[in-house]
Amino acid sequence: MSQAANTGIQERPAATASARPSSLSSRALPRWAPLAFAAVAIALGVGTGIAAGWQSRTQWGLVSALLFLVISYIATSVVENRRQAKDRLATSVVWVCFLLAVVPLASLLWTTVSHGAERLDGYFLTHSMAGVLGSEPTGGVYHALIGTLEQVGIATLISAPIGMLTAVYLVEYGKGALAKAVTFFVDVMTGIPSIVAGLFILSIMLMTKTQPSGLMGALALTILMIPVVVRSTEEMLKLVPNELREASLALGVPKWRTILKVVLPTAIGGITTGVMLAIARIAGETAPIMLLVFGSQLINANPFQGAQSSLPFYIWEQYKVGTDQSYDRAWAAALVLIAFVMILNLVARGIARWKAPKTGR
Amino acid sequence: MASTTPIETPPAAPVARQRAGTTSGRVGDKVFLGLSRGSGILLLVIMASIAVFLTYRAALAVSKDEGNFFTTFDWNPAGDPPVFGIAVLLFGTVVSSIIAMAIAVPVAVGIALFISHYAPRKLAAPLAYVVDLLAAVPSIVYGIWGALVLVPYLEGPNLWLDQFFGWTYIFEKTEVGVARSLFTVGILLAIMILPIVTSVSREVFLQVPRMNEEAALALGATRWEVIRLSVLPFGRSGVISASMLGLGRALGETMAVATVLSPSFVISGHLLNAGGGTFAQNIAAKFDEANEYGRDALIASGLVLFVLTLLVNGAARLIIARRKEYSGANA
Amino acid sequence: MAKRIDVSGLSAYYGSHLAIEDISMTVEPRSVTAFIGPSGCGKSTFLRTLNRMHEVTPGGRVEGKVLLDDENLYGANVDPVTVRRTVGMVFQRPNPFPTMSIFDNVAAGLKLNGSYKKSQLPDIVEKSLRGANLWNEVKDRLNKPGSGLSGGQQQRLCIARAIAVEPDVLLMDEPCSALDPISTLAIEDLIGELKERFTIVIVTHNMQQAARVSDRTAFFNLAAVGKPGKLIEIDETERIFSNPSVQATEDYISGRFG
Repeated sequence: MSQAANTGIQERPAATASARPSSLSSRALPRWAPLAFAAVAIALGVGTGIAAGWQSRTQWGLVSALLFLVISYIATSVVENRRQAKDRLATSVVWVCFLLAVVPLASLLWTTVSHGAERLDGYFLTHSMAGVLGSEPTGGVYHALIGTLEQVGIATLISAPIGMLTAVYLVEYGKGALAKAVTFFVDVMTGIPSIVAGLFILSIMLMTKTQPSGLMGALALTILMIPVVVRSTEEMLKLVPNELREASLALGVPKWRTILKVVLPTAIGGITTGVMLAIARIAGETAPIMLLVFGSQLINANPFQGAQSSLPFYIWEQYKVGTDQSYDRAWAAALVLIAFVMILNLVARGIARWKAPKTGR
Repeated sequence: MASTTPIETPPAAPVARQRAGTTSGRVGDKVFLGLSRGSGILLLVIMASIAVFLTYRAALAVSKDEGNFFTTFDWNPAGDPPVFGIAVLLFGTVVSSIIAMAIAVPVAVGIALFISHYAPRKLAAPLAYVVDLLAAVPSIVYGIWGALVLVPYLEGPNLWLDQFFGWTYIFEKTEVGVARSLFTVGILLAIMILPIVTSVSREVFLQVPRMNEEAALALGATRWEVIRLSVLPFGRSGVISASMLGLGRALGETMAVATVLSPSFVISGHLLNAGGGTFAQNIAAKFDEANEYGRDALIASGLVLFVLTLLVNGAARLIIARRKEYSGANA
Repeated sequence: MAKRIDVSGLSAYYGSHLAIEDISMTVEPRSVTAFIGPSGCGKSTFLRTLNRMHEVTPGGRVEGKVLLDDENLYGANVDPVTVRRTVGMVFQRPNPFPTMSIFDNVAAGLKLNGSYKKSQLPDIVEKSLRGANLWNEVKDRLNKPGSGLSGGQQQRLCIARAIAVEPDVLLMDEPCSALDPISTLAIEDLIGELKERFTIVIVTHNMQQAARVSDRTAFFNLAAVGKPGKLIEIDETERIFSNPSVQATEDYISGRFG
């Protein structure tokens, strides 16, 4: 028995260097200990909170979390040892991080759903804001819905082919300086803030004296969408095994038909997923719409002329009005928007799982 | 001798290779190659024109600016003479993003570790899924939630910070009033970027080779020591690039800041006081009343934001590239 | 200090799948015991139950007793962390910590325990590297990353890392299967030296290797794919390879299956 092995655990029942027979076991806290610590910490936290008269539940929570960390560290270092205490502390910190983050995110979803559901009904979805005052509890989101669908639709029609073709170029043909440059700038483009994309289209509008319209907004969304489509398509194309391409080429099929008939169909599930996730991302963009589409209370189904609205812009507008009724409308629209984005996400992930080619992950 | 020992080789990753057959005069191939290469070139053209157009309009604005564009504490392009500068915006943008990073990155690493190494198996997979979904929640929703729910909840903690950490100067609250401050903006931005930073970090942590973790385990490491010895060193650069991604979002975020912040054109080290501004928020706030010249001025500030995000993303890219070189070392 | 291992009635599961069933055997101290058998017979799984690494695998669980001298590894108050400190392990593929230097790799186990004096550390590292026959090759570059070594050197580095904490038992899971013949030879020589100090258990795919390095050999087999692996017999290596008492062992050794 080496010295190191014995001193590793300090709090053994018989803590002498020659305590061979029981050298493997050590005093340990029961499995339910963390729960008990948590209960004590929360009780103490809430108790202090009430005693000190803190209004904010946030404070109660923060104190409880802190107490939990301290209690579990001290208890473990007393009963077990320093190493176990550190391990326990790390576990506790990770749990606290998780809970700290869950609270606001759950609150966000809960508030949106509970407030939004108050106002969300068939009327809300089928009426515009024409002639509705801020303090009136009527009005709806129909015009914004049309705007979002059209703008996002146009953006998708432009960016999906461009993005997919670029990805095909990078994966199937790409080599040399041009491909490197494109790869690099796709990365750069991914990082463009949406408001900068909006300003770019705005600068063109200023120079060409173009009026705001849904199309302008769609163009800004296109800039945001292309890099996402390129990236996801690229990933999917890379997963298509080379044997498939070679098998097709060996049959004498020209390369472009190989790509169209063999490569793309194999990856189509993943590509669809990528495009849908990209749509979900741009559907929530507010800033470019604010700069380029101007906003409107009325139904305008023509995206090429005149001001339009969109769901995120509508939320912003109603928030700015600042009445209880407009807040209700904002929450309801937020619920519609979240539902739209979530459904797109869920369907996209469903497709990905369903059609997934074998991956290493 | 021991020549029967099988030597395992990792399966080669599929890599697109140049194949013969593209040189033939087939029209279809030429058209298709032309189209796809054209798309790539179009992308470069778009990027170039973003830089050129923004710079051009920005130059128009800055040349007539009577104040110093970088040091003026004012935004009045419609005035006579026009005076505007980005000092306040740069300060606000950087400070709120730093606060966001300081909160979000450690917490995100914690959640990522929770999902990858601590959570009960049955909880981990749905949790990862939910985090990915949360990353898709539009920023305007975070914005109204922040303004209507978070701000009131932060009053208590703000009082505390003032009470116990007021001596640090930055947490001294010298004005009474609701918490529509840069600090609150930072917290909201932290909550917003949490899902994306978590999501990317988690993926990196899950890629830590099993044998690296087993090496630590077999030496008698506790779970935390396994993470410290194997998981964190392996994941470090991944976490950094995830953070950069989050930072890029925080810097350019418009709506969440515009809803929460009560803006003013002052720089104050008292982060709990209302006031200050960020690039994106200022553009959103000043756009409606701006004339054409005012819009050019806003474009000029947007250009600075653009450059800022480019620098951050460039740094992230460099780190990722370094990691690729390094990760082949012991595969 | 080498210890004896007594296994009785040990079964291991992956979820609900029974991987090895009812294994009992004794591993003598200061000797090399080799586990052989066809792929999937559970010899690696069994090895991993000897230092409680099996339960690290998702769904992994163990029934039965493993006595290290007289103490059950699966006893109520036993901390698996301590078990793994006492029973070292070397893996199939060399796995030095990629971000650490050679020195830090060897010292990693000691640093975890915090049970060393800083001044002793270089001595212990040198002793361990000498013990792993690696000292002369790396003494001039102790601060270079361990991942820069060749595969065989990395494996010996891992052995040095395992013996630096002075374990009672050293488990080796096909330690040479990723190595070239010359590195394999070096490791085999090393195993011969290490058995003076440690109880060594080695899983190998390679019967010649088992014959070369081990004192006793255990043969594992499974009735069919999907059935649990079982211990067929364990005996002196010489006997197993010349005159085994079970027909299946002879068939396997003479290459009739597996």
